[in-house]
Amino acid sequence: MAETIRLEVSRYRPEEESEPTLQSYDVPYNKDWVILDALNYVKNQIDGSVTFRWSCRMGVCGSCGMMANGEPKLTCAVPLTDYDPARPIRIEPLQFFPVVRDLVIDMSSFLEKLSSVKPWIIRDDVNATEAVEFKQTPVELDAYKQFSMCINCMICYSACPVVGLEPEFTGPAAIALAQRYNLDSRDKGKEERMDALDAHEGLWGCTFVGECTKVCPKNVDPAGAIQLYKMGSATDYLKSMLLPWGTK
Amino acid sequence: MSNASLPPTAELKLYRRPMSFWWWLERPAYFKFVVRELTCLFVGAFAILTLLQIRAVGEGPEAYAAFAAMLASPAGIGFSVLAFLAAVYHTVTWFPAVQTTIVLRVGEQRVPGSVITGAHLAGWFVVSVVVAYIVLRG
Repeated sequence: MAETIRLEVSRYRPEEESEPTLQSYDVPYNKDWVILDALNYVKNQIDGSVTFRWSCRMGVCGSCGMMANGEPKLTCAVPLTDYDPARPIRIEPLQFFPVVRDLVIDMSSFLEKLSSVKPWIIRDDVNATEAVEFKQTPVELDAYKQFSMCINCMICYSACPVVGLEPEFTGPAAIALAQRYNLDSRDKGKEERMDALDAHEGLWGCTFVGECTKVCPKNVDPAGAIQLYKMGSATDYLKSMLLPWGTK
Repeated sequence: MSNASLPPTAELKLYRRPMSFWWWLERPAYFKFVVRELTCLFVGAFAILTLLQIRAVGEGPEAYAAFAAMLASPAGIGFSVLAFLAAVYHTVTWFPAVQTTIVLRVGEQRVPGSVITGAHLAGWFVVSVVVAYIVLRG
């Protein structure tokens, strides 16, 4: 087994340079390591100035998404042994996001999009401070459970060319989370969310490339959620046009 | 929660990588997607050709004979072949995607996506056979 593998890490130091450059580091090719371990080796043993986000190391926090050889990856979930040690792994910040420093992206646009779709249970018949219980059947839970696995890692945004072409596009994760709450039997906020999503830069910006689903580390299927959302929206529109009682 | 030691995002010197004109060549899936979208040009052109054909029928035997001769020319045949290939490519790449847009349940069980895609492909085959029979029987 090879002893080392080279990481080509994208460095962007805004006080020194106007655009990113690549810097190479040789790290142990440890079969028990994931890419994030190799980056932490660089940070702790070679060059403490390399900057990147991480937290849980177990695929829950969604902080360590980066590009590895051009593919968006959750770096805590990708073993080094997935790569040939004879070739370097190029580590870059998630594409289609502004870069703050090295591998750290500016996620403020994503957070704004996320809050715009109101990803929480909306009801006007319950006081938020009182303890209430809403029971669900397994079938009702199954309707949205897959979409609730999203960890907001933004990897789907880095796989979606529409995000790169149209920065205003609400994007896969936010729309999938909106759909997650729409499909929740406890929720009553579908119409409120539609106000934010029934626009060109919302739901209808998606051209169904489908890469968001392929790269999702949690198997959420954002592309499926968006298409289901479109189907529901179109059906509601037709009902409101054709039926005197509309969608009620 | 804000951190007073960090400058607001607006004050940061962010690097924005420009989107390449050749983005659709960067991943095989992007290329397949763009090709699938472009197939609509051929499908649309064939639809227009069909409308013109119907108009030629209405204009009488001579006009229709001239139109049929145009379709039988090398250029006409070449376009038909291209339109056919585009329609086939669109269909075989679209039907597998359809299973994500349709949620069917039988009782409490969700119908597998492969069944939905298979049903679409089977329906496409049956319709194609019927159309081929109608067109080719004479």
